[in-house]
Amino acid sequence: MAVLLIAEVTGADLALDATAKALSAAKAMGPVTVLVAGAGIAGAAAAAAALDGVTKVLAADDAAYAHGLAEPLADLVVGLAGGFSHIVAPSTASAKNALPRIAALLDVMVLSDVTGVVDADTFERPIYAGNAIQTVKSSDPVKVMTIRTASFEAAGADGSAPVEATASAGDKGLSAWVEDKVAASDRPELTSAKIVVSGGRGVGSEADFALIAGLADKLGAAVGASRAAVDSGFAPNDWQVGQTGKVVAPDLYIACGISGAIQHLAGMKDSKIIVAINKDEEAPIFQVADYGLVADLFDAVPALTQKI
Amino acid sequence: MKVLVPVKRVIDYNVKVRVKADGSGVDLANVKMSMNPFDEIAVEAAIRLKESGAASEIVVVSVGVKQAQETLRTALAMGADRAILVLAADDVHSDIEPLAVAKILAKVVADEAPGLVIAGKQAIDNDMNATGQMLAALLGWGQATFASDVAIADGKATVTREVDGGLQTISVALPAIITADLRLNEPRYASLPNIMKAKKKPLEEKTAADYGVDVTPRLSVVKTAEPAGRSAGIKVASVDELVAKLKDAGAI
Ligand SMILES: Cc1cc2nc3c(=O)[nH]c(=O)nc-3n(C[C@H](O)[C@H](O)[C@H](O)COP(=O)(O)OP(=O)(O)OC[C@H]3O[C@@H](n4cnc5c(N)ncnc54)[C@H](O)[C@@H]3O)c2cc1C
Ligand SMILES: Nc1ncnc2c1ncn2[C@@H]1O[C@H](COP(=O)(O)O)[C@@H](O)[C@H]1O
Repeated sequence: MAVLLIAEVTGADLALDATAKALSAAKAMGPVTVLVAGAGIAGAAAAAAALDGVTKVLAADDAAYAHGLAEPLADLVVGLAGGFSHIVAPSTASAKNALPRIAALLDVMVLSDVTGVVDADTFERPIYAGNAIQTVKSSDPVKVMTIRTASFEAAGADGSAPVEATASAGDKGLSAWVEDKVAASDRPELTSAKIVVSGGRGVGSEADFALIAGLADKLGAAVGASRAAVDSGFAPNDWQVGQTGKVVAPDLYIACGISGAIQHLAGMKDSKIIVAINKDEEAPIFQVADYGLVADLFDAVPALTQKI
Repeated sequence: MKVLVPVKRVIDYNVKVRVKADGSGVDLANVKMSMNPFDEIAVEAAIRLKESGAASEIVVVSVGVKQAQETLRTALAMGADRAILVLAADDVHSDIEPLAVAKILAKVVADEAPGLVIAGKQAIDNDMNATGQMLAALLGWGQATFASDVAIADGKATVTREVDGGLQTISVALPAIITADLRLNEPRYASLPNIMKAKKKPLEEKTAADYGVDVTPRLSVVKTAEPAGRSAGIKVASVDELVAKLKDAGAI
């Protein structure tokens, strides 16, 4: 049993929280080698080497990996796969892009969004927007999976594993990067924030989303949104929480003007404390909220921002 | 250019899912089934490419049970030209894994030689988010997943993708696989005349065996359980009470 963990790299930096959470899951399957692929990733490799319980870091430093394109990354991982029983990555957009490709190249199934490790072959994962949890046993020789980070604690960073350079597998040029549109923000990342304040269709406009952002900033929180808010152009796509957006489990989740559709709940119902502010007392979000406030958000959110 | 769109028959997204008492799975007998919502978006994207002149023919494919005919008819009514049903199961409860679906689709691609495959990003039943990427791997094609914008020109697709930090645009050489995300378009409804016309459009039936693909699952289901429930808490009467409760709970 040996595990290859594909670190999440953003730009040239290690996405520490996602990688450290996936590492906790990976350690239950065997000794872990971490692959850091990107361009100019010496710092990221060093950060990965400091994670607790890592045996070794493989650093693939090449322009081919600079933008997370699936094809060159998959070729790299398949080339390294011999000797590993498990290939694991956090469930990020880039891993969801690459891991199924890797699995198919190895002629094995992929397990998406693993939330529990029962044993080295048996895993839990949600299906039907989290309405059911399935335990599945894999008969494949190599288990390829993405780990739902909201389900695992981050590993510590007191380790010192050796870093070894690994050769690039090149780029066949099937796809090419054109541009990234990534908004820089001082707010905490949605998937690692301790507090998330989310707005839905009830917020009504992009301008009024400033109310949600204002409460978030007062609390040092990340901002989330429902699909309806994103589809309506009130909020950017990367704020979407839910079955097909991001899955979060903060200590505190405040839902404002969100009805609580099952697809939204799928992304936040494991939060420790849920607060719902909605003017409709029948809104399904109240069925999962620890504290529900039936109120107009245009009164309640500014008042809350002021009083905390 | 021919465009191939794989469409899956899934439980309707509005249905409340029930886990079977014996833990063997989810009850799908007598529940409303529909086309996977992401696949409606994929079909719509293909139709728009045809309307703009970038595509010439749209072939839709579904792998599964006989009843998936209905899903294919819906796609034909939206505007697809031709359908292929690949029978791979008798029981509505047996889900064909993405790897097996991708292997069957790879054979269909070999027969049909499309210039582009547009799949959905994710099936809302198994929530795998895998088939498009697996098909791209098996064909050795490029992939552009989670698309919110697609432009075709000069033998390439320029695709904007919804990623964790925002949006990424890539260019992928055709033939390629694109998977559709929620913001790619708003799918049209089929009109009654088009529903009637769709009944006459060709729907070919094949089997997994015709393609020589073994659909035996790699993952066996040990059990299916209800998630840990969450019970409703209390209603607070005012913002002040809410603040007090959150302070008591140590949440702020
Ligand atoms: C394939 C698929 C995938 C999906 N994925 C996701 C996903 O990942 N995430 C997601 O969120 N959704 C997802 N959805 C959409 C989901 O089904 C719902 O449509 C969506 O979550 C509704 O968003 P909402 O609650 O903001 O809007 P609505 O359901 O319209 O609710 C708005 C709420 O705001 C309240 N309100 C209005 N004005 C005020 C006010 N002034 N003060 C207080 N309250 C007010 C209303 O009472 C209402 O409850 C998906 C759907 C499909 C089909
Ligand atoms: N049985 C199937 N028949 C046709 N298309 C499928 C099937 N399963 C998956 N797909 C396609 O692959 C996409 C992703 O599905 P999945 O990988 O199962 O989440 C779907 O949106 C469909 O486009």
